Amino acid sequence: MSNKIDEAQVQLVAKLSRLELTENEVSQFSTQLSAIFEYIEKLNELDTDNVEPLAHCLPVHNIFREDVPRPSLSNEMALANAPDREDEYFKVPKILDDNSGA
Amino acid sequence: MDTAKQLRDKIAAGEVQSVDAVQAVFDRIEKIEPNIGAYLSLCKEQALEKAKQVDAKIASGESVGALAGVPVGVKDNMCTDFVATTCGSKMLEKFNAPYNAHVVEKLRAADAVIVGKCNLDEFAMGSSTENSALKQTVNPWDTTRVPGGSSGGSAAAVAAGLCSVSLGSDTGGSIRQPASFCGVVGLKPTYGRVSRYGLVAYGSSLDQIGPLARNVTDAALTLNVIAGHDERDSTSISEADAPLKDYLTDLESPIEGLKIAVVPALNDAADAAVRAATQAALEIYQSLGAEIIEIEMPHFDYAISTYYVIATAEASGNLARYDGVHYGHRSPDAENYVEVYSKSRSEAFGTEVKRRIMLGTYALSSGYYDAYYLKALKVRNLIRQDFTNAFKQADCLMLPVSPTTAFKIGEKTDDPLQMYLADVYTIAVNLAGVPGISVPCGFDEKNLPIGLQIVSEPFSEDKLLRIARMYEKETDWHTKKPPL
Repeated sequence: MSNKIDEAQVQLVAKLSRLELTENEVSQFSTQLSAIFEYIEKLNELDTDNVEPLAHCLPVHNIFREDVPRPSLSNEMALANAPDREDEYFKVPKILDDNSGA
Repeated sequence: MDTAKQLRDKIAAGEVQSVDAVQAVFDRIEKIEPNIGAYLSLCKEQALEKAKQVDAKIASGESVGALAGVPVGVKDNMCTDFVATTCGSKMLEKFNAPYNAHVVEKLRAADAVIVGKCNLDEFAMGSSTENSALKQTVNPWDTTRVPGGSSGGSAAAVAAGLCSVSLGSDTGGSIRQPASFCGVVGLKPTYGRVSRYGLVAYGSSLDQIGPLARNVTDAALTLNVIAGHDERDSTSISEADAPLKDYLTDLESPIEGLKIAVVPALNDAADAAVRAATQAALEIYQSLGAEIIEIEMPHFDYAISTYYVIATAEASGNLARYDGVHYGHRSPDAENYVEVYSKSRSEAFGTEVKRRIMLGTYALSSGYYDAYYLKALKVRNLIRQDFTNAFKQADCLMLPVSPTTAFKIGEKTDDPLQMYLADVYTIAVNLAGVPGISVPCGFDEKNLPIGLQIVSEPFSEDKLLRIARMYEKETDWHTKKPPL
């Protein structure tokens, strides 16, 4: 399923990734991602029909603990690196536009 | 210069003051660091203060930790609440973590003295430390060449004597490859051996913290300090499942009847000097009575493809947290909430980070998930089976760390795929989760260091270190110093 990642696809993936790319980056990534995925398609040489996917090397399992409150970051510490804040809150531009009726 | 173990023992015995040892390192840093660029930040005041406390403890007869008074470097993707944690990124250039990583707590509890934070490829993504947005680190053996990466600052700092040992992180070779390029020992422990709490995440199923050191003993000493279960990292192994060991206890005892697996076809892909050094190392093991067993690892060739799907998929999720809201860079030009995300991320992430986020997002996107991500997870299983089979026949696997010695700065920056392909020998080890070590095994004709990679089964770091030490005892490569 060799496929070239064209500039429109790059733009779509950039949007999904919340990245704004310059025209240069779009064209560069189109070439580079195409080359990289062409290489990655080497995986299709292998028959994996009867192979289980391995997400983790260790036998990881759920780890439960008692639901007891423990100390956590204070509001002040959690907000200390905030680019913008007001009182005890992270501050961001308005999320709903004026016509949303909210 | 003393090794970490020697220095610690002298300090603990009161023969050397930690304050003097730490001051000497800062004097050396002042002289040499401007030409190397190993550190993104230094914490001289805190370091000298800590050294004084250690000296006072010793003077009053209190017992001290395993790294008492020893100057240590920490890769700048491990959180510290006393100095910035930048990840080599403009995104976190001003980030002050509100807590210490587990390994930083462990270092401090062992009375180590943290000298500073070491440079790295941005968010640990790279093989040359050229992707740091904040600094260029060079190779102490040839300052026109890269130190390797992503733990390039950690490797260069140890090689140049700017600390006794350092911590790095290894997702696809990021401890072992720079160790090899800089002529030091680098150990990637088994996935789960060391807690990742406070390690800024890149590829969470692959990332592991480990030591870079001047010799195998110092690596064992440092692993003793940082290994162990931590309930804040749910993938850190419980001591019931994988008992902790004192990695120094049997270090000097050779492994009787050692069986070494090699994959001839793999070694043939390396440069002539690397091949020759690997072969010479194997002959030393043979002279010590080891048996070499030639095996095949049919899926090793698929490791790079597998890795660049899985690691980037995990990275695309992990780096979604940089939203310009909670911490990190926010674009001053963002006019609505979407732009807070997109402009902040676009301004503050470097090209390689963007490229890997794009790769991972594409591999996970609708219509491609099965073809790329699920396929890669299945091949990962096959790769792990190759290792399991190898360790049924042999105690360890030996192979090069990198197909070449350190390359020139700028040589590979235009072609990301070529840069990825250079990780051919290290990446499979992360996919299988097994431990691997790089030990100095010679020099090429340009006097650049070469590393030998030894890999063993999960949670057998004690054996791995003993195997490495067997070789180190017979050779003096690890005692060579760069011409600074």
